Amino acid sequence: MTSRDSAARSAAAFAPRRIGAMVLRYVYVLRGSWPRIVELAYWPLMQMVMWGFISKFLATHSSWVAQGAGVLIGAVLLWDVLFRGQLGFSVSFLEEMWSRNLANLFVSPLRPYEFVAALITMSLIRTLIGVLPAVLLAILFYQYSVFDLGLPLVAFFFLLLMLGWAVGLVITAIIMRFGLGAESLAWIAMFAIAPLSGVFYPVSVLPEWLQLVSWALPSAYVFEGMRAVIFEGTVRLDHLATALALNFVYIAVAAAIFFYAFQVSRRQGLLVTMGE
Amino acid sequence: MIDAEARKPDIPHMDDQASGDTTPPSMTTPAPSIDVRGLTKSYGSVRAVDGIDFSVAPGETAALLGANGAGKTTTISMLIGLLIPDSGSITVLGEDMGRHRYRVLGRINLSSPYVDLPRRLTVEENLKVFGRLYGIGDIPGRIDELAQELDLGPLLRRPSGALSSGQRSRMALAKALINRPEVLFLDEPTASLDPDTADRIRTYLTEYKTQENATIFLASHNMTEVERMCSKVMIMKAGRIVRSGTPQELIAHFGRTTLEEVFLDIARDRSAP
Repeated sequence: MTSRDSAARSAAAFAPRRIGAMVLRYVYVLRGSWPRIVELAYWPLMQMVMWGFISKFLATHSSWVAQGAGVLIGAVLLWDVLFRGQLGFSVSFLEEMWSRNLANLFVSPLRPYEFVAALITMSLIRTLIGVLPAVLLAILFYQYSVFDLGLPLVAFFFLLLMLGWAVGLVITAIIMRFGLGAESLAWIAMFAIAPLSGVFYPVSVLPEWLQLVSWALPSAYVFEGMRAVIFEGTVRLDHLATALALNFVYIAVAAAIFFYAFQVSRRQGLLVTMGE
Repeated sequence: MIDAEARKPDIPHMDDQASGDTTPPSMTTPAPSIDVRGLTKSYGSVRAVDGIDFSVAPGETAALLGANGAGKTTTISMLIGLLIPDSGSITVLGEDMGRHRYRVLGRINLSSPYVDLPRRLTVEENLKVFGRLYGIGDIPGRIDELAQELDLGPLLRRPSGALSSGQRSRMALAKALINRPEVLFLDEPTASLDPDTADRIRTYLTEYKTQENATIFLASHNMTEVERMCSKVMIMKAGRIVRSGTPQELIAHFGRTTLEEVFLDIARDRSAP
């Protein structure tokens, strides 16, 4: 293999190998620090413990919860998919800021969209590491298996991840543009979506004007869809289709914002100074 | 003072384009590795780089000198595509960096103290990641070579964050050489190295340049280093290249004995005797 061969390979517009390199970089970080892996699973587990007991209590005091066994636990798990999906994306990006590595990456043949693909892959990996222990805990301690949702669970999972990626793209764009001062957005931004998504209650509970906002969120369709499966045993394909369509729109808009922020960073020299 | 002095014909003044850099390369002259025309960059009202022109021939080692804030890092950032110029053109290895930088990025590399490598990764892990990013075929073999050449062998399994600054500089250099770059950009390459290690690195870089016919473009404050390594020196001040030539030409022109004295003359607006 000559340097000319590797240079020719580097010029390819899309290279799974480069995405793999970035995923490997993040896997090295996780592999080298067991506290980080524990941290990924810690909050979902604590949430599960708490909501598991709340569910147990409400099952005997609320007919709504009693009718829909596991509706709150299922909601907690799916909410974590959304939250962890976004966090997994944003934190992987922040790793580059913290280590002042962005300039090294973008002097290499790595394309910004390959970088995004690696962040998406890491979002999936980190979400699975974070949520699976909580899923097992729910089965063992509360006799509730989220897998009972059946095939729609796969759709719910990916629809929420997609929304997490869209939000992650916007957050990373803001961090790229305004620096590490904006990094706390990665942890708090998602909580603005939670009340509007109808995670623990139907969207109909919201004031009418707020319901309009809620129905603009793919997550609202997912959580309503989850309740439809649990309470009525029906799969709302219309909800799934609407959520998917909205996700495509949001990801397209978020990607445009991310790539615009990347260009602005190149124009203002932020890639060189970031993280300092 | 410096402006009047700069008009002397024996040492080219870049604003005059007297270096001959505007002349298109003849059929017999190899195309320059780096060719810069009318490069300009402003941050708000501050003009960091002010219409500079220069070229660097294949196999040449060129240095950009200047006081802090003179525009060196801004210039290098534009050369490697991290920063978009306001105007002007940059051609590296025959490719327009504004339009086709991805054709070039696999053939160049950078080492700079302003960027770092992930500190939680070991030296070997960092080199593996960048080996894959650059599409290197035999990554373990290349890492072994670099570990021998840069004396990184005992450090390969250590986290980068546990290295001394000198060791980290060598790791950064190994990353910069992982793809055997045809053009190597170095910002302060030996800034945090002890004299012995710095000397070895300079020797190694000179050998690398000869073996690979590589072009080296460096920004440095170490005048001894520049005198030893570089055949072309460009001195920047307030975003402009105010002097250029070989180290010997500059020293002779200013009637000094070292490049450092020349640098101080220019920095303090002292004219040549």
